[in-house]
Amino acid sequence: MIDALLHYQFMQNAFVAGILAAIACGIIGTYVVVKRMVSISGGISHASFGGIGIGYYLAQYISWMTPVYGALIFTPLAALGMGMFVKRTHIAEDTAIGIIWAVGMALGLTFIGLTPGYTPDLFSYLFGNILIVTPSDLITMAILDAIIIVFVLALYKELLAISFDQEFGTALGLPTQRLYLTLLCLIALTVVLLMRFVGIILIIALLTIPTATARQHTHSLKKMMWLSILFGMASVIGGLRLSYDINIRTGSGAMIILFSAAIFAVSTVLTRFRHKKHSYTETPAAE
Amino acid sequence: MVEEVVKLNNVWVQYDGTPVLEDINLSIRNDDFLGLIGPNGGGKTTLLKLMLGLVAPSRGEVTILGENPERGRKRIGYVPQHSLFDRDFPINVLEVVLTGRLSRTRPFRRYSKADRDAAVEALRAVEMLAFKKRQIGMLSGGQQQRVFVARALVSEPSLLLLDEPMSSVDTPMQAEFYELLEQLKQHMPIVLVSHDISAVSVYVNKIACLNRKLYYHESKELTPEDLEAAYHCPIQMIAHGIPHRVLKEHINE
Repeated sequence: MIDALLHYQFMQNAFVAGILAAIACGIIGTYVVVKRMVSISGGISHASFGGIGIGYYLAQYISWMTPVYGALIFTPLAALGMGMFVKRTHIAEDTAIGIIWAVGMALGLTFIGLTPGYTPDLFSYLFGNILIVTPSDLITMAILDAIIIVFVLALYKELLAISFDQEFGTALGLPTQRLYLTLLCLIALTVVLLMRFVGIILIIALLTIPTATARQHTHSLKKMMWLSILFGMASVIGGLRLSYDINIRTGSGAMIILFSAAIFAVSTVLTRFRHKKHSYTETPAAE
Repeated sequence: MVEEVVKLNNVWVQYDGTPVLEDINLSIRNDDFLGLIGPNGGGKTTLLKLMLGLVAPSRGEVTILGENPERGRKRIGYVPQHSLFDRDFPINVLEVVLTGRLSRTRPFRRYSKADRDAAVEALRAVEMLAFKKRQIGMLSGGQQQRVFVARALVSEPSLLLLDEPMSSVDTPMQAEFYELLEQLKQHMPIVLVSHDISAVSVYVNKIACLNRKLYYHESKELTPEDLEAAYHCPIQMIAHGIPHRVLKEHINE
């Protein structure tokens, strides 16, 4: 793979894309896991398909429009809409997730169907294909990464507080609802950033598996983010290499996820072993 | 100097048209340690949320330290009821306490030295300073509750509200926790919500009973009629010795 990395532009792009994706996943995935937002993230990622379809359809009329830009506009709106919908009505969150999940996908299919001409490669949006990532995709990814990092740096204390105890945050006078909606938007941006790469169906794995692995090794949110990024990068590099070596024609997304699951499995076994070893010696002594 | 910290004037609260609180009049002074008892669903938490400005009255007026609750709540320390709580959450004791300072900070800034000093002081006050690096879930229920009290104290409040703080504290630890409240009441008025009437009655100096309506005589005594009205059935009280009676001594029984 090193050879390919040195010689082929597409491999270099894939590598950089993987690193950029791992950064967003590590940071946002940490919130998704600790704040138990996995299902809502699944809903957002599937709803983004609506944006892909709309973008594809509008590209006939608007020159700069692409499916990714369609998703970039549509996905945060869908996430915000769902967040406010749940707040304002008495509909349970998981019901709202079910609705947006399917409606988003149906919208996407409808608009793609309405667009005359050749149907795009849907498979690459659903399951991703890192090897078709273009330099302009990389720039979009880097900008989205930067936005995510700025928001999380700015709101780190506040997001930690509402993730831990939303009710107390409200009692303090924090704008908990707006913070939550901000978090939903950041998840939406992460989804868009990842869609070319692992595909919208597999995104949820990269938002959860590296963080779930990291969680086994630390009790600090900050360290969890760093470790998630590292595990995410390891998954991407390992998965890319595997899919290159075995030459899997259905894209590298699946290999990346299987590789991250393998890391998680090894980590789980090691953690259990460590806990067994220490369970007899642990004393709750103060410092 | 005795002053009024909370004033509720003919306050009504409705959820979806159903009255939850009816015509509540309550005055809390800065030397009060008020025990608020009453059946589940009687509106105890709603009453606290009224004071915190989290619930708006449909009628009547709430005044906290002379201001409306949205402004006044910055001077309230609040210990919410913690039934659901992710024990695995990656946060340590010091970080939990620091969140109590969030109303004084802004986005983009780190916690200041003053914030950290206040957190250390609050942890010292609840005797949990030695545990500041511990992940919160590794503590016992009683220790966690002390940390949540520290989180409420860290904003240097003028009023402390505790919602069922004993629900997650093991029975042997409860006396110790009451001792802590006993110390805190020297410095600030406290409102303690509980369903455990007999335990509360030992420590508080005033007691009120709430079930949609408030039964309160600005004292430590409730009449059997109050309790019967509030609980809709006769209540058998086990008082802890004569000085701590909730009910008046019954002469002819």
